[in-house]
Amino acid sequence: MGRVVLVLRLAVRDVRRRPVEAALLLVAIMAATTTLSLGLVLRQAAGDPYQATRRATAGADVVASVAPLPSGTQARPADVAGLTALTGQKGVVAHSGPYPVARTSAEAHGRTVAVTAEGRDTTSASVDQPKVLHGSWVRPGTVVVEAALADALGVRPGDRITIAGRRFQIGGVAVTAAMLPYPEAFDYGVQPTMAQVKDRGLVWLTQADARRLSAPADLSYVLNLKLADPAAAMQFVDALEPDPSGSPTSGAQSVPLLMLEPWQVTRDNASILARNAQRVLVAGGSLLGLLAVASVAVLVGGRMADQTRRVGLLKAVGGTPGLVAAVLLAEHVGVAVLAAAGGLALGWLVAPIVAEPTAGLIGSAGTPPLTMATVGLVTAVAVAVAVVATLVPAVRAARTSTVVALADAARPPRRTAWLITLSARMPAPLLLALRLAGRRPRRLVLAVMSLAVAVTGLVAALALKAQLSTSNFASTAGLNHARTERLGDVLLLISVMLIALAAVNTIVITWATVLDARHASALARALGVTPQQVTAALSAAQLLPALVGALLGIPAGLALVAAVDPDSTVDPPLWQLLAVVPVTGLVVAGLTAVPALLGARRPPAPVLQAEHA
Amino acid sequence: MADAPVVCARELRRDYGKGEGLVRAVDGVDLEVAAGETVAVMGPSGCGKSTLLHLLGGLDRPSAGEVWLAGRRIDTVGEKAVARLRRGAVGFVFQAFHLMDELTAVENVELSALLAGRSPRAARRRALDLLEQVGLADRAGFLPTALSGGQRQRVAIARALSNEPVVVLADEPTGNLDTAATLDVLRLFESLHEAGQTLVIVTHDSRIAATADRLITMRDGRFVDETRLTGGTTGRSLGALAGLEG
Repeated sequence: MGRVVLVLRLAVRDVRRRPVEAALLLVAIMAATTTLSLGLVLRQAAGDPYQATRRATAGADVVASVAPLPSGTQARPADVAGLTALTGQKGVVAHSGPYPVARTSAEAHGRTVAVTAEGRDTTSASVDQPKVLHGSWVRPGTVVVEAALADALGVRPGDRITIAGRRFQIGGVAVTAAMLPYPEAFDYGVQPTMAQVKDRGLVWLTQADARRLSAPADLSYVLNLKLADPAAAMQFVDALEPDPSGSPTSGAQSVPLLMLEPWQVTRDNASILARNAQRVLVAGGSLLGLLAVASVAVLVGGRMADQTRRVGLLKAVGGTPGLVAAVLLAEHVGVAVLAAAGGLALGWLVAPIVAEPTAGLIGSAGTPPLTMATVGLVTAVAVAVAVVATLVPAVRAARTSTVVALADAARPPRRTAWLITLSARMPAPLLLALRLAGRRPRRLVLAVMSLAVAVTGLVAALALKAQLSTSNFASTAGLNHARTERLGDVLLLISVMLIALAAVNTIVITWATVLDARHASALARALGVTPQQVTAALSAAQLLPALVGALLGIPAGLALVAAVDPDSTVDPPLWQLLAVVPVTGLVVAGLTAVPALLGARRPPAPVLQAEHA
Repeated sequence: MADAPVVCARELRRDYGKGEGLVRAVDGVDLEVAAGETVAVMGPSGCGKSTLLHLLGGLDRPSAGEVWLAGRRIDTVGEKAVARLRRGAVGFVFQAFHLMDELTAVENVELSALLAGRSPRAARRRALDLLEQVGLADRAGFLPTALSGGQRQRVAIARALSNEPVVVLADEPTGNLDTAATLDVLRLFESLHEAGQTLVIVTHDSRIAATADRLITMRDGRFVDETRLTGGTTGRSLGALAGLEG
């Protein structure tokens, strides 16, 4: 009991003694846990919005539609009777329709898009009654616009819209689970392989108004079916659809160009956008995880450099190596658990913003509940990150000679002959910088990796931005536009987190270098080197890995975008890529200046005296 | 005094470096310290006094020879076992105090007791008693940074006594103190000596050495002189013997 109290007390007091370092550690691990939480919550969110919409709209289990045969010698109007016959099929318990559908275009605020205009009753339907989010349901002379389309056109109830050359007032904005939201609405009765237009929306009007938009022979019809067993919708459709050889099955024999869409297919398609974002999150989350481990390793290593004497003291009064390791682990595991809690909360809050389905799926997904599995996994990862990063320094500290630890002597640096020769003739700041960078090769690798990962995220965000700027709203690239925009949001969020984490790393690495080089700096000061020269050397020591990291990060960022969304990759402008390197250098120089200056201004005498003791 | 020595070293040697750079910090030392005895070790800087103390307390490993502490050989056992033995049998007092800056005086004193597995309540009670004995009961809740050098060293002594060790090993305990603080510390050692506490004090201050039962002089890692003194048992105060009192 006493030892537990002691371990906890030492951990808490050390955190309180160095709150800034503890906060940085918290931020580093929290960045990783937030991303992980986001990914896990998003996985749930990707499936949830459709279900919410389906519940709110009494969604159909199967949407059946027929279209007229195309004009030509075989031209024939849509077979409404055949469609209606489906209501008598075994397993159908309710239906709405058939409703007339016109394929036309709509124009508002100078923008024109293809629309599927569905004629509905002014009263509520028992199956697939679109949920009105704003305004009211259809009345003669008014149109209700699907929410994603309304959002894209920038229209709301009360605005005017022109459909097939006729002017209508927008009466409301609604959502449905029967059709994918803009820009992926399809033509009823037309097989998906034939419906190549990917910039189509959905509007509802009264049946009379819908019939006026198109010649009677060109109208399609839609029928919404409710089944006794919604889960069996796929089997219901399989039994009715014509077989691949072309000979129709008995059920569909009299219904040419019948299209049957089970609700599961619509759900899966609706979740594609969120799934793409999730793929980006997984890739970005992995980068953030790597960076977080690097941050924790650097932070813990830096803390070790500052508490060697503390370790020696603990051992001198009888602390076993295991207890010393326990003290160090407790501190970092404690911070990790806090970071996990923070990361879970942040991920839970941010998920709806990132994962919010297109406006066609009931506004927001709502925040899915955090499951025990998510909480457990995020906490386990946070603790694992802390343990992995702490273990090596903790074991090293535990094995350090007590006498050496009590003397608090600096760890001897690695000497590289070629580096010493190379730097010998350089000006003092550059000479010190090269030797500082070379004395801790593993820290150098961490610094390079940290900045390479951050630049990877930045370049990927620039590439996505370039894709967005080349997309044309009115073009047939609507689907890609929406997807890219969503990917851009997610990648931007990850990039911001990556850059923040890399900034934390840079500051911490600089501070660790300052601590590590305190004896060398003090000696240099004693020999006449000015604080400014020491500051310049410490900053320059961080600039070298920064520039290497930036150069590595550029191709890595382009490769990341190509891997995530290979169909629509656009390289960012060359000037942006070229600017990444100097901008990284400038930012790193700025970030390192303060800790370097603080370190350089330390009076040399106490440091030299401590070394002597 | 009991017959069995509390601390025993045989042919003790500690080398640093190799080949031409070899430095023999402790070179074939034999020592026995009886229970209740106060031994002072003197010598110039770098003669190996502190290294010897570290070897006796199990903080460092000898290159050759044997070290026995409280009847148990410690140079052949693992780090964990030495730590456990040190926890109960040895109290260290350092020149640089080595208090934990983030812990208060009372928390520093109870550190060893908690490490030894005592209950937090018992450890706190013992720590407060010890602080009272060293005259710092009113400073129990102060952080080391709020204490003077002498007060810090008294806290360190209280910590060294926390687990009622069989021997207290003090490395230049007054090296960083002014005259008044040195007197305070000397008085504490005097009372410990009278209470039968075994003490080994490394110092280069002859005033402190004069208070011991036995004075050993070291040079180049070897014992070059050993003198049995009467100061520790004559009834005169340590402070007076050290020339710090009138």
